Amino acid sequence: MTGIYFDNNATTRVDPAVVEAMLPYFTEQFGNPSSMHSFGNKVGLAIKKARMQVQELLGAEFDSEIIFTSCGTESDSTALISALKAQPERKEIITTTVEHPAILTLCTWLEKDGYKVHYLKVDGKGRLDLEEYKKLLSDQVAVVSVMWANNETGTFFPVVEMAELAHAAGAMFHTDAVQAVGKVPLNLKDTKIDMLSVSGHKLHAPKGIGVLYLKRGVRFRPLLRGGHQERGRRAGTENTTSIVGLGKAAEMAMEAMTYENTEVARLRDKLEVGILSKVPRSFVTGNPEDRLPNTSNIAFEFIEGEAILLLLNKFGIAASSGSACTSGSLEPSHVMRAMGIPYTAAHGTVRFSLSRYSTEAEVDRVIQVVPEIIAQLRKLSPYWEGDGPAAEPEKAFAPTYA
Amino acid sequence: MWDYSDKVKEHFFQPRNAGVLADANGVGDVGSISCGDALRLMLKVEPETDIILDAHFQTFGCGSAIASSSALTEMIKGKTLDEALKVSNQDIADYLDGLPPEKMHCSVMGREALQAAVANYRGEVWADDHEEGALVCKCFAIDAVLIEDTIRANNLSSVQDVTNYTKAGGGCSSCHEGIEEILAKVMTERGESFKPGAAPKEEVSASGMTNLQRIRKIEAVLESVRPQLRRDGGDIELVDVDGKTIYVNMTGACAGCQMEALTLQGIQQKLMEELKEFIKIVPTKVSSLTRAMKG
Repeated sequence: MTGIYFDNNATTRVDPAVVEAMLPYFTEQFGNPSSMHSFGNKVGLAIKKARMQVQELLGAEFDSEIIFTSCGTESDSTALISALKAQPERKEIITTTVEHPAILTLCTWLEKDGYKVHYLKVDGKGRLDLEEYKKLLSDQVAVVSVMWANNETGTFFPVVEMAELAHAAGAMFHTDAVQAVGKVPLNLKDTKIDMLSVSGHKLHAPKGIGVLYLKRGVRFRPLLRGGHQERGRRAGTENTTSIVGLGKAAEMAMEAMTYENTEVARLRDKLEVGILSKVPRSFVTGNPEDRLPNTSNIAFEFIEGEAILLLLNKFGIAASSGSACTSGSLEPSHVMRAMGIPYTAAHGTVRFSLSRYSTEAEVDRVIQVVPEIIAQLRKLSPYWEGDGPAAEPEKAFAPTYA
Repeated sequence: MWDYSDKVKEHFFQPRNAGVLADANGVGDVGSISCGDALRLMLKVEPETDIILDAHFQTFGCGSAIASSSALTEMIKGKTLDEALKVSNQDIADYLDGLPPEKMHCSVMGREALQAAVANYRGEVWADDHEEGALVCKCFAIDAVLIEDTIRANNLSSVQDVTNYTKAGGGCSSCHEGIEEILAKVMTERGESFKPGAAPKEEVSASGMTNLQRIRKIEAVLESVRPQLRRDGGDIELVDVDGKTIYVNMTGACAGCQMEALTLQGIQQKLMEELKEFIKIVPTKVSSLTRAMKG
């Protein structure tokens, strides 16, 4: 595939070195790690190595704190349901309005079973109010689940501090860190974070592999029960090839950590400044002061995101949008709505997410193409007149059943 | 990525009649900014003849909204207002070789913009009676509002009821949880509780079968003739069942084959024997999903 791939928060390319590490485990090393014979034994050792590679990336104290799962969503579901099952007397959950659907949809479902879920609001830059959070913490709260970095804007939440506060109230703390792992240095052994979700395909490992970090001593109730795999905490035959791949990807992410936070960040900033300086009525969403190094989410006012993506795609450029149409829903991104971004801008948000494979030439090309595309679509927009928005855009166009 | 037809893509990349029409004498603004699709249709109508001399549009919307708007302006130019008003949303979708079920509302919006623009030209006030909900059944493109209204109006109490009345849930059945939720909500409002096990009130057709049983029977008959058609390089798919009319799509070598009529007659005969009622089989060229919208 040629083209410019700036959608790395959706998924990443598997690094060729990761593929190479995996290949023997499809063929020569196909054994079941649980088997007694030597076919299985070597695979068991490979899994052990991968577990230590992930342990290192997360800064976990023990390798047994790493539980391999099938994906970030499974890790999220396992963590929350375990916390509720382990503490049946506590019936409340605290989370945020801007979590990934892996948490939000689960919470909506848990509400039907009588659990009370508190959703922390965010301000215009996507930041939480810790005072609101402190007031909600009580001996009724079983678990707090707050993402490390937002997938749409890249904005960080102060999870380390929030975990301390949760512990003080006797509640467990879980964080969905699928966007942060591999891009942010982690040292979980020095935090009060009890559980953390990882998704392999966000850090150049394959799809279909995830990790639940479970701090030693945290009470746990497995979601999948059966065999003794993962010390009985996640039954089901191991996805050996992908576990090996994730281990290799974790090792490579450790090596690239500085690069991600310097060079990738520099390219992202160049892209963002380049676009904003050329496109009127566009702005960055989320908190640019405190976010992932690879993510830039830009709102282009008065046009719709799917149309932008289709035109970008024509130029071989891949990105994402928060518009309703890209997901087939009736509302734009819940993250944009939570930040109070008006509809006329929320539908026109585009997320550019880079990786360590992104190049300067790609950034230059996108800076060149985007302004043309935006101008082209604004010519079609009823909110736009000539070179700028209509004098009073909301009055110039006020359709029926708005 | 949406599965857009080449025609949709073509109208999106090269929209016809885009931009302001300076001397328009009929303008319709419709759509919803919250759901991200809105359209302004501008008409220039010749007062003596009521003929649409020119039509332009501006769209705040996605690819298919732009393509639907573009298609609409092409379709109505040169028509009289009365002729233009006969253009249905399905006609717009057909003109574009179909739209994904999630995007059919774009064609509905085109049709409404037309009604609004004509009303504006005639000095009338156009009232919108359209409310759109989240898409529940993807097989037949049925949204939550329609399901909820139908449950309420007909006192429905089971998923099967909902399928019988709206077709929702009659396909892959993945949306049954969603339908159950709507049932539970409406039934609570009327002081009942939803019991998944409760025996459905079955609406029985002339054949003594429920709609679902009937559709399954029809599918079974089509399945039985399929090997024969495939041997000749063709195929058949069920598009819709509307009372006694069964719409099918002949594909491959069967489409336009000289023997098509004869083949269909045979299948019709077989269907009548199996269903024990008189039915009519009608071939259609459009895809099953867009056709299902007509019902």
